[in-house]
Amino acid sequence: MRKPNDVIIRGVTKVVVVIIFTFAINLFISGHHYPGGGFIGGLAFSSGIILLFLTFDMESVRKNIPVDFKVLAAIGVLIAVLTGVGGMLLDAPFLSQSFGYFELPIFGKTELATAVLFDVGVALAVIGTSLMIIMSIGDDR
Amino acid sequence: MIKGMLICSLFFLTFSIFAIIYRLVKGPSAPDRIQALDALGINIISGVAIFSVLLGNTGFFEFILLIGILSFIGTIAFARYIERGVVIERKHSE
Repeated sequence: MRKPNDVIIRGVTKVVVVIIFTFAINLFISGHHYPGGGFIGGLAFSSGIILLFLTFDMESVRKNIPVDFKVLAAIGVLIAVLTGVGGMLLDAPFLSQSFGYFELPIFGKTELATAVLFDVGVALAVIGTSLMIIMSIGDDR
Repeated sequence: MIKGMLICSLFFLTFSIFAIIYRLVKGPSAPDRIQALDALGINIISGVAIFSVLLGNTGFFEFILLIGILSFIGTIAFARYIERGVVIERKHSE
């Protein structure tokens, strides 16, 4: 039997995955003022990991990304709930948010909002759920 | 002037998409249909680009990149399925 040789797809994937992850982080960061946000950022990130799954096999990707995606989804939901509870601790209603302007060393005057933490939770939940679905379907044991 | 040119190019893109859909429906083998789907994604990208120029709106540029990525991943997945019979391998067999 002829041994399959996929050097081209591996070489392309090693370059493209970096671009996809960068684009996913850009979508996640720009969600406050431009189109994007936690949901689509998480989906783009998980599509990059799915490209890794397609090119390499499942065991080596699991070995190189040692993250349990069920735990990742649970941590995401926990972060999203805790940002709401954190508003309650300061005598504000549940899920109320605040923002402020800070002087950061490199970026200068930057607006930091607590909605970003909620978005982090949404992104982690989306990544964990979609990759858990893909891995449990693709595992044909 | 430029609006007429953009609408004309949208018309030709629609014509091209109909030709691709003909290949998608008629195509005798599976690789024909997969290539038609890939070309359909590229035509949708150019259609969205022309549409965003027509609207004068930069909000669709992320969508263009995202459709490119998703079309690439979908084509890779279909090609893996045709070549190996399985989309995600459990352990590399060599």
